Amino acid sequence: MNEQILGLLTGVAFGFLLQKGRVLRFDKQVAAMRLKDMTILKFMLAAILVGMVGLHLLAHFDVLAFKHKPMNLGAVGLGGVLFGAGWAVMGFCPGTSVGALGEGRWHAVFAIVGMLVGAAVYAELYPFFKRTVLAWKDFGPIGLPETLGLSAWLVIALFWAICLALFAWFEKKRL
Amino acid sequence: MKWRTDDKGWNPYVAGAMTGILAIASALATTKILGKTNYLGASTTFVRAAGLLQKPVAKEHVAANEYYTKEKVKVDWQFMLVVGIFLGALLSSLTDGSLRAEAVPPTWSRRFGPGVGKRAVGAILGGIVAMVGARMADGCPSGNGLSGMMQLSVSGFVALAFFFGTGIVVARLVYGGRNHE
Repeated sequence: MNEQILGLLTGVAFGFLLQKGRVLRFDKQVAAMRLKDMTILKFMLAAILVGMVGLHLLAHFDVLAFKHKPMNLGAVGLGGVLFGAGWAVMGFCPGTSVGALGEGRWHAVFAIVGMLVGAAVYAELYPFFKRTVLAWKDFGPIGLPETLGLSAWLVIALFWAICLALFAWFEKKRL
Repeated sequence: MKWRTDDKGWNPYVAGAMTGILAIASALATTKILGKTNYLGASTTFVRAAGLLQKPVAKEHVAANEYYTKEKVKVDWQFMLVVGIFLGALLSSLTDGSLRAEAVPPTWSRRFGPGVGKRAVGAILGGIVAMVGARMADGCPSGNGLSGMMQLSVSGFVALAFFFGTGIVVARLVYGGRNHE
């Protein structure tokens, strides 16, 4: 199968699940940031909990290798702040904007246009960022288990425990 | 906890867990079929799409740009994944009657009124800032959040903390606190 067809099929399944989980809505994303409705966090954390176990099993048996994104302090810190600020106003992230358009919320077009412009702006400013923010401190592609000196399975167990406690609290508070 | 949301959607834990299975299946399928492991992500596609849109009017400029050269301006696996998200959402919303034309989201309308112009300005400015941030951080909530945290990448955890941490502060400033409606 070719690369594009595989990508398309995976995307259709991803978009279907995002829509069924009702996480594509502007209102759900903003409500999570206002700590009123944790639907998107429930969806994300549930996906991470399940995906984490499967991917670590596959890595454990050398079926695949991980691709950690670099822990570049300036990039992740400042980039994270800029993304968070823009996300709150826009009410979508890159993947959900396209999905929101699919379920008829056509105002997502504005967010998509903004993000295309933002990508072009970043491409123009890249040489500058490379000399500045991206050059501050790069810890490289590191994983949590080796950084903490713990086994991956122990970190996964701890993460499961924390998330399950969080889920119980969400349900108790009806978030 | 209900299995169905009030508008016939699925329980977010269930839909999320199924997305986790999809992420595993996708990593396995790309490894086996394409010979390289691809993880779910979306924001690099916006770079490629921006490059593709600029190409007809500024071919040499795009070819000379270091970032476009690094990320490669082409329709690849992730590009089609993002196209697929659109189609999957359309398909899903058609099956349960949740497809709805919406000009301005309700939360925005309550705060800033029903004008499309204001919403457009907010979304475009927010989109520009968010995408500069996502590319700087090398990923969005899909690439850094979902895929990064599944792999227990330090960058995934830190990025998501910054995304949500800042989002909470800015959302409070823009829309008011949780008790403000």
